[in-house]
Amino acid sequence: MTLHAAPGTARAAGLVACRSCGRVYGPDRDSCLRCGAALHSRMPGSLQRVWAWWFAGLIVYIPANIYPMLITRTIAYDSEATILAGVVELAGHGDYGVAGIVFFASIMIPLSKFIAIAYLALSIGRSGGARGAMDEHRQHRLHTVVEFIGRWSMIDVFVVAILASLVQFDAIATINPGIAAVSFALSVAFTMLSAQSFDPRLIWDED
Amino acid sequence: MDDSDLARLRACPHCDALYRLPELAPRERADCARCGATLIAPQVRAFSRSFALAITALILMAGAVFGPFLDLSTAGMQSRASVLDAIEAFSDGVMFPLSLAVGALIVVIPALRLALIAYTLGPMLRGGAPWPRAGQAFRLAEQLKPWSMAEIFLIGVAVALVKVAGLATVHPGIAFWALCLLVLVTVLQDTSMDKETVWHAIETRRGKPDGSFGAAERPTAATPAMAKRA
Repeated sequence: MTLHAAPGTARAAGLVACRSCGRVYGPDRDSCLRCGAALHSRMPGSLQRVWAWWFAGLIVYIPANIYPMLITRTIAYDSEATILAGVVELAGHGDYGVAGIVFFASIMIPLSKFIAIAYLALSIGRSGGARGAMDEHRQHRLHTVVEFIGRWSMIDVFVVAILASLVQFDAIATINPGIAAVSFALSVAFTMLSAQSFDPRLIWDED
Repeated sequence: MDDSDLARLRACPHCDALYRLPELAPRERADCARCGATLIAPQVRAFSRSFALAITALILMAGAVFGPFLDLSTAGMQSRASVLDAIEAFSDGVMFPLSLAVGALIVVIPALRLALIAYTLGPMLRGGAPWPRAGQAFRLAEQLKPWSMAEIFLIGVAVALVKVAGLATVHPGIAFWALCLLVLVTVLQDTSMDKETVWHAIETRRGKPDGSFGAAERPTAATPAMAKRA
């Protein structure tokens, strides 16, 4: 069932809610009785933290795309493939489904995540009625999706780990990880932290 | 408003909407009217089910980590990899920290989460009091959820297998099937976790060895106003 009626907020009632378990307290408490979490009506410095992780994620995302992700050595050829080249190679073999998964997880998700988080942070930073193109419900949905889907970008790092551990036939073929795996993993982690730093309660605040 | 009134209120952690605790039958669900997040979803035998699933998952995890994972053969040559080998794939030189991170994401954090859930629920199975810092343990288990990536690793395995399919034949070992089961059990565990009941038990049974409820603490008895806003 859905809880009914247009609700008031804990903040409007002069109360503070625990963000991890939902228990509600008067304004004087600083940690939750049930779970021990620090109590804040809104996470202090939420937007600063969002932007800090966002920029860190963007910076390491650049080498992640320039440097090789996968270094393959066989008798016939040596190749160093970037993330994008890996997708192209998969598609070239006719594995369109898997190419699609990797393209989505390694390129589409990270890029749209940067845009989505920036959009949310900018529309909160703006004061007054100008809230951007989306209403609160859509912004909230966007944040939920970003938090849910961001971690799936890690697929490519795991693919590299498995290939590198599996394909070690000394003279014939070896696969080794490239340095882009590190920066890509960092980029995913940083943008996850950025999305987590965002306090979604800010979306609904009037002021 | 004193604390016993406040104890019957809940706020949506996502949008701060304030509610009076509704009375729900098992398998009913209370969603936030404003943002749609599921707030409360009571389960039948919530503790024993979640505890059993956590223990099952821990056993499967041991099988997944230590058993033979994948067997690769091509042109008379063989190569085999366990999950530990995949973790160690980055252990040469500068990429060493990535090995640690991968190990944390696919083994340590998932196992830690399961252990924390077992620690929280185990002592309370028969109505007993929680162990010290159970609240912190359960909160940590919740916070680690996005960083527990065993299921993403499994999709990664699938993609990797497609990539080497032309190069060699692959035989999945027992650890591979253990990992598949582990992902299934973890999903079951996450979707069937009755968090509000756990939190309530942690709060009210603390410091009472027999775990009995005081009259004022009995859940939902004093809140007939169901699904009303505060």
